[in-house]
Amino acid sequence: MTAAHNSRSSANWRTVYGGPLLLGVLSIAGLLSALLSAGPGRYFSWLALGAPVVLTAWFFARRKRT
Amino acid sequence: MVHTWSSLISTLFLLLLCITGLPLIFHHEIDELLGYDPKPEIAQPGAVKRSIDEIARTALANDPGRVLQYILWDKDEPNNIIAFTNSKVDGDPDAATLRAYDANTAKPLGPVGGGPMLIFLKLHVDMFAGQPGKLFLGAMGFLFLIAIVSGVVLYWPFTRRLSFGTLRDKSRRIASFDWHNLLGAVTIAWALVVGATGVINTLAEVMLSQWKATELADMVKPYAGKPPPVHLASLDKTLANARKTAPDMNVSFVAFPGTPFTSSHHFAVFMRGDTPLTSRLLKPVLLDGETGEVSDARDLPVYLKALLVSQPLHFGDYGGMPLKIIWALLDVMTIVVIGSGLYLWVVKRRKHRSHAITAQPSLQPLR
Repeated sequence: MTAAHNSRSSANWRTVYGGPLLLGVLSIAGLLSALLSAGPGRYFSWLALGAPVVLTAWFFARRKRT
Repeated sequence: MVHTWSSLISTLFLLLLCITGLPLIFHHEIDELLGYDPKPEIAQPGAVKRSIDEIARTALANDPGRVLQYILWDKDEPNNIIAFTNSKVDGDPDAATLRAYDANTAKPLGPVGGGPMLIFLKLHVDMFAGQPGKLFLGAMGFLFLIAIVSGVVLYWPFTRRLSFGTLRDKSRRIASFDWHNLLGAVTIAWALVVGATGVINTLAEVMLSQWKATELADMVKPYAGKPPPVHLASLDKTLANARKTAPDMNVSFVAFPGTPFTSSHHFAVFMRGDTPLTSRLLKPVLLDGETGEVSDARDLPVYLKALLVSQPLHFGDYGGMPLKIIWALLDVMTIVVIGSGLYLWVVKRRKHRSHAITAQPSLQPLR
């Protein structure tokens, strides 16, 4: 993929799927961590699985009003 | 097309599952509040645990004319012992009576379960339609998984010109579209895991039958042709033998001979570990119903282990109250995804019907 192509179409797999993919990996890690470790794993699961909720709230707070 | 139809067919049932599932996340707390989750008395200093045989006798005296099916040790309340009685050992699971007994006093503490949460549970598990209802909901869950995967494929053409997290409020339709995409994208891994583990759970009976027909049948081969036990062995002796076989584990529950979890000749004592993961991975010890001697002990096959591990991942009950709250929020977000998806389909159909050929560039796949 050339730089010229990149600037013409801003879409590539990273901009479209990057965010959801990162959250997905984080969610899976959170789902497993609480199962594998009762102490730190549990705290990590709260952060990892809470991330989609917090991020949604953040997007909502800074949405553009028309 | 795949996304539209897999979602549409399952929409109504998915909404039912998400809505009934929401209170079920907190069923422990709600049952406790409504008095369906009795607690043991505070143990006196130096209290000695009563024998399990005494608790079994008390349980039978409390429900005359019935038989014991299972005795279960509450994982979170070690002094809570729950006895299941039924009209016969292989009676209808819905006809079972569950009562809690205090391990130190053998006193009955009250009925377990029941109440409004049982109605939510039945609606969620099989819609009061038994095994066919359960398998039907499993199929709906499978359509949900197809809808999620096809949604990932559609996500590219529909959102490639939008930055992640775009929320516009130009119109109800565009707002629904943006919320559908955002909430669908951020909850996807959780929804896939909860959906897939839910589908696995609908196959529990099928897996149990498979285990009974293969592994259990093999374990009880030496007993072929023998009549079922007449006088049952002492439970305390049986449990002590089971503990000797798996010394680093605790008893989860004991199944009486003839119940669905064992053979007609054996007690099955299911042992559990003590970490979040190993407490789910039960190990059955089979003991002769008349003598209480160990006949066999084998780990469960992979498919039953998968079922047991999939349960917490569906219930969200393994990470304390904060995880339950997050589970509930993610459930509500999934309800919004399903609801907005349905709305988008209705609007699109209405547009087609009225032959309005207005250009809707923002909601068309971009090429």
